[in-house]
Amino acid sequence: MPGIAPPLLPLTLRDVVFEAGGKRILDGVSLTIDPGPRTLVMGPNGSGKSVLLRLCHGLLLPSAGTVGFSGPEYVNGRRRHAMVFQRPVMLRRSVLANVTYGLALAGVAISERTKIAGEALARAGIAHLALQPARVLSGGEQQRLALARAWALRPELLLLDEPTANLDPAATMAIESVIQAMHEAGTKVVMVTHNLGQAHRLGDEVVFLDGGRVAERAPVDVLLRSPASREAARFLEAELPWS
Amino acid sequence: MGDFAAASRAAVELLASGDPKLLEIVALSLQVSLSAALIASVIGLPLGAALAVSRFPGRRTLVVVTNALMGLPPVVVGLVVYLLLSRAGPLGELGLLFTPQAMVIAQSILVLPIVVALTRQAAEDAWAEYRDLLHSLGAAPLRSAVTLLWDIRHSLLTTVLAGFGRAAAEVGAVMIVGGNIDGVTRVMTTAIALETSKGDLPLALGLGTVLISVVVAVNAVAYLLREAAMRRYG
Repeated sequence: MPGIAPPLLPLTLRDVVFEAGGKRILDGVSLTIDPGPRTLVMGPNGSGKSVLLRLCHGLLLPSAGTVGFSGPEYVNGRRRHAMVFQRPVMLRRSVLANVTYGLALAGVAISERTKIAGEALARAGIAHLALQPARVLSGGEQQRLALARAWALRPELLLLDEPTANLDPAATMAIESVIQAMHEAGTKVVMVTHNLGQAHRLGDEVVFLDGGRVAERAPVDVLLRSPASREAARFLEAELPWS
Repeated sequence: MGDFAAASRAAVELLASGDPKLLEIVALSLQVSLSAALIASVIGLPLGAALAVSRFPGRRTLVVVTNALMGLPPVVVGLVVYLLLSRAGPLGELGLLFTPQAMVIAQSILVLPIVVALTRQAAEDAWAEYRDLLHSLGAAPLRSAVTLLWDIRHSLLTTVLAGFGRAAAEVGAVMIVGGNIDGVTRVMTTAIALETSKGDLPLALGLGTVLISVVVAVNAVAYLLREAAMRRYG
């Protein structure tokens, strides 16, 4: 289906401002997200990273400026971009049913849902948990389920908001390998992260936000080693390089 | 205290004897109050969920009014339903006054705001957690409301029980619209009121014991069900 429809990307943000409760969270962000390289969104707390992702996904609307995809966002009732949240939201039903629920909303025929969901669970490495209630899974397993739920929808763009923020190293590695596999399968990955090691492992380019503005955009190696902006340099000094 | 002890002893004997008159009153009570709780739930659960996920002008006022209506005085509800159902009233032709159906109607009205308000609260709490996901997956408002209801089903059991408890315990509404007619519309609460005023304390106390036991038993079963479900589904 993606082959027939005009490409979804690039995603273009023009002079995007977002205000909430009298506070300006994004202050004139202009950005083009192209297909291909894995884009990381980094920056200190409160720099507007999550809001940026939510605006891209359509969960929030900009106070000013525009957010626009180059192609239609829906093909045959299916949204072409998906999002995974920092804290996975688990519906009170089985692991498998959490995935088929998303497929049902995307208009996938009932006869195909279980098969597609099963494949997605297998790819996320939690096929053996399919019949468990989702809410009793560990944090890492829940996040893998959230990824499987997103993957089942075959998004062309996947937005990830600090997916490993609350996880231990082993769970983090498991999540990273799923994200890597999705990237290799051709999904454009845009991820918010605080973790410099993760940035090294999973990123191609970094969009560095500070105070609601894009302070710098550069390849990962360049930004982490010799940042051009004062904001990014200050951030890197404060972060523990081995974390 | 002597009165109380004697009445208690008599009440136990009465219960142990399985007096058919007593059983009839208990059965009608359960029938009326369970029907009212059921009707109020069928109407109130979807309304509560819809109120939780929708945004429209006047919504906050509606929420406040619904919450306030939880404290609706039963006698006032009884009076209004009485006026509606009385011969000269707009629904007088139905001939429902002083029937169990009239009591069900009055108690349904009494229970409805409880179900709506408590459902709204529970659904809104869940909505705060689910909103982003459901929007992300593209769930329309109706679908979202159904999903929320299903996911908070364990809490809703408590909501329905609160409604049933309210109905089973009230006396004002059923007294006015039912008339406390022996063998037709006499329920536990109206019988207790009558027997107390007549001075038949053992029967009144026996009925009171049954009333409390029924409410406790229903709640205990519901609590165990909910606990088992929470263990199962998290």
